[in-house]
Amino acid sequence: MGKRATRITVNGKSHARVVDARLTLADFLRHELGLTGTHLGCEHGVCGACTVLVDGRSARSCLMFAVQANDSDVTTVEGLTPDNGLSVLQQAFVDNHGLQCGFCTPGILVTLTELLRENADPSEEEVREVLTGNLCRCTGYAGIVAAALDAAKRLRDGPGS
Amino acid sequence: MKPAPFDYHAPRHLKEAAELLASLPNAKILAGGQSLVPMMNFRYVIVDHLVDLGGVDDLRGIAVGNGRLRIGAMMRQRDLEFAPEIAKHCPLLGEALRHVGHRQTRNRGTIGGSLAHADPAAELPAVCAAYDAVVHVASIRGLRAVLFAEFTTGFMATALEPDEMIAAVELPLWRDGHGYGFREFARRHGDFALAGAAALLDIGADNIVRRAALALFGVAEQPVRVDAAEVTLTGKAIDSTAIQTAAAAAWLIEPISDIHAGGDYRRHLAQVLSARALIDAARRAGVDL
Repeated sequence: MGKRATRITVNGKSHARVVDARLTLADFLRHELGLTGTHLGCEHGVCGACTVLVDGRSARSCLMFAVQANDSDVTTVEGLTPDNGLSVLQQAFVDNHGLQCGFCTPGILVTLTELLRENADPSEEEVREVLTGNLCRCTGYAGIVAAALDAAKRLRDGPGS
Repeated sequence: MKPAPFDYHAPRHLKEAAELLASLPNAKILAGGQSLVPMMNFRYVIVDHLVDLGGVDDLRGIAVGNGRLRIGAMMRQRDLEFAPEIAKHCPLLGEALRHVGHRQTRNRGTIGGSLAHADPAAELPAVCAAYDAVVHVASIRGLRAVLFAEFTTGFMATALEPDEMIAAVELPLWRDGHGYGFREFARRHGDFALAGAAALLDIGADNIVRRAALALFGVAEQPVRVDAAEVTLTGKAIDSTAIQTAAAAAWLIEPISDIHAGGDYRRHLAQVLSARALIDAARRAGVDL
């Protein structure tokens, strides 16, 4: 019941699949494509762990069906990571103790990627407001906020700083 | 935590969507999905057919004309947040949108979806209540206009028939230079509000209130207008005392009690937030308070 042909570009690569209409985008990414960087916490849109970019905008992939992303461009945490090493934002998380268990980290990295693309110099308040959409249950948010602000500064200062 | 199986339909035009809705048994509309999909994941909602309006261009767009702002039902909340027409003509709506959920949900959530879902703590229905909005409803029988006061009919209940969908909402514009205020109290930003107030004030150069609107949300089964506050303010000079007297009329509401807050606390919040929203509105209308 309810199978649909769906084509989604994920991290620059096009994938065509026939999927159940009820398959969420999160499960499509994890089970169909094996991209397990996108984590599933609550599966009802509260925790934000499954946040991905859909056509450049952050969205909870547990609250979208894969069929809704037909012809869309999706970026997951894997797509934010350079082939070698870490992105500026990821390195800032390492340096500022922005993660402990790491479960929430993919969603937070995606959320902050969107924020920093739109606002190169966010205030702490702006960072905290956008992070209300992502829950972290171990480090607390101080390190995460520090990492976001540090990454923003490093990106503004440019490479080699 | 997976939804029950369903058939998926992605119409491209409003007419096609209306025909699907009229002909398919146990069908539901998928707008932004930010409230429906959690309910489907929990299996509170089980449908046989989902009609996704995401590809229906007829339901998008913002237009200003004839003293009204018309917003297509499928406009995403995040797009409305930054729409220049809204910033210019309906700044109350712009301010309310920043309180709706989180950025990640506003990127997907739509204005039509929020109105149809009719959560009593939702911001957008309260703005529509303050504006005396008109909801344009579509079905195979054509379009009909429903006054917002008659659109919400109870706890998460609306005047929509099973085969109807929201096509657009129209907000009658207030005079340029009117004041607006939007305040809510939630335990964390993005949480559902325990209570909130949306205020509009049209104040003349003589400091006399020409027109006032005050709507509360999160306090009852649906958004409520505080008629007594509006009557108290209209036709009189505005000052702090007048605002406090008007806000005290929020005491008259019959608030709900639930696990999040008791009725007495909501009644207290309703008065405090009404006063703050009215003060913001008066200041933005140029009154020195």
